[in-house]
Amino acid sequence: MLLSDADWEIVRLSLKVSLAGVIVILPFAFMLAWLLARGRFPGKLLLDAAIHLPLVLPPVVIGWLLLLALGPAGPVGALLDRWFGVSVMFRWTGAAIAAAIMALPLMVRAMRLSIEAVDRRVEDAARTLGAGPGWCFLTILLPLSLPGIVTGFILGFARSIGEFGATITFVSNIPGETQTLSLAIYSALQVPGSDAAVWRLALVSVALSLGALVASEALSQRQRAGRSGHVL
Amino acid sequence: MSFEVEVRRTLGDRMIEACFAAPSGLTVLRGVSGAGKTSVLNMVAGLLTPDQGRIIVNGQTLFDGAAGTNLPPHRRRLGYVFQDARLFPHMRVRGNLLYGYRLAPVDDRWMTLDEVVAFLGIAPLLDRWPRSLSGGEAQRVALGRALLSGARALLMDEPLASIDPARRSGIIEAILRIRNELSLPMLYVTHDPAEAEQLATQLVTIGG
Repeated sequence: MLLSDADWEIVRLSLKVSLAGVIVILPFAFMLAWLLARGRFPGKLLLDAAIHLPLVLPPVVIGWLLLLALGPAGPVGALLDRWFGVSVMFRWTGAAIAAAIMALPLMVRAMRLSIEAVDRRVEDAARTLGAGPGWCFLTILLPLSLPGIVTGFILGFARSIGEFGATITFVSNIPGETQTLSLAIYSALQVPGSDAAVWRLALVSVALSLGALVASEALSQRQRAGRSGHVL
Repeated sequence: MSFEVEVRRTLGDRMIEACFAAPSGLTVLRGVSGAGKTSVLNMVAGLLTPDQGRIIVNGQTLFDGAAGTNLPPHRRRLGYVFQDARLFPHMRVRGNLLYGYRLAPVDDRWMTLDEVVAFLGIAPLLDRWPRSLSGGEAQRVALGRALLSGARALLMDEPLASIDPARRSGIIEAILRIRNELSLPMLYVTHDPAEAEQLATQLVTIGG
C-alpha cells in the first residue's frame, strides 16, 4: 500500500499537531498530577473532576468552549491578539490546543498513578541527606515517576491523533492547516469514489494508535516487574 | 551534651512525650511498642514537627517551639538509618553513597568514599543495584550513605530489625566501630534488650 503525497501531508500535519500539543501540555499535566497526588487543598475534588471533563463531555462541547475562550471575542483570544498579535483560529496551533485538552485527562491519570507509587519515605531519606525540596523533586520524584510520564505522553499522543469533534468545532476542517487524519477521513467519506483514500488513512491511524498502545502496555509491564524487584 | 531533647506531640489520640539529655556515645531509646520511639527520632531529624519543645544537637538549636526555630531536615546534618534501608532504587550503590556527599559543603565532609567503603567492607557492592542487595548489605550501604553526608550525629531506627539474625553481627560490629573509633554520637531505637545491652552507653526510656 502506498500513500500519496497528499496522504503524507495529512499524516505529517497530524503528527505535528499531536506532538506539539502533547509536548506543550506535558509540564502542566505533570504539575496537575503532582497537585492531585500530593496536594491537600480545598476544591481538590472539583479540580480532579474538571480535569476529567474532556473524557466525559461531548468533544463538540469542548470545541465550542475553546471557541468561546480563544475566539477573537473570547477573554483569552482577545489577550493573545492584543499582546502577541496572534490568533489560533483556523490554524494548526488551534488544532494542537484542542488535541492537548482532549489528551490531558489521560496524561494526568497516568502520571498521578506513578507519583502516588513513589515511596515518600525514600524522599524523607533524601531530605535527611541534605536534599532541599527542589533537589529532592529533581533527583528522586521525577526519575522515579518517569515511567508514568512516558506512559502519559504515549497515551496522550494516541488520544490526540484520533481527535475529531473538538478540533472540527474549534478550528474547522481546512486541508493543509487543520485537516488531521480523522478530519481527512471524514472529508473523504463525503466524496463518492474515494474508498481507497479512506482505507489508506484508516490503516495509518490504526497503525499509529496500535503502536502507541503496545508501547504503553510494554512500558507499564516493565514498570511492574521493576517495582516488585525492589521491595526494600 | 550531644543531644538535648524535650518534645511533645499529639498524633491522633496518642500523646508522644520525651525529655532526655544524652552525652556522646550511643544512647538507646527503648520503650513499649507504640510509645513513639520512632516519632521521637523523626522529630529530631525534622521529618515530624513537635507541637512544643526544644531539640539541641551538639549545641545547635534545631527546634525551639517557643522561639519559632525549626530547621528543615536538609539543614540539620543528621544521618538517619531507617529500619528498611530506603536506598534510592534508581541509583547504583555508588550513587546512593555519594548522594549526600555531593550535597554536603566541603568543610562538613569528614570521610571520603574510599574510607567509608573500606570501613564497611562494601567495595564489591559499588556497582550493584539496591534491589539485588540482601537486607544486611543494604543496611551497610545505608550506614555508609549517612556517614558520607557529613553527618555530625546518627539516628538509627531498629537498623537490625529487617536483617536475618544470623547476619546481624557484621552490622553490630560496624555500629560499635562507629561509636568507638569515629566517636559519632548516636540515638538508637530498639526494643530488643540484648541489642540495647550490647550497644548502649546510655539508656533512655520513652513513654510510660
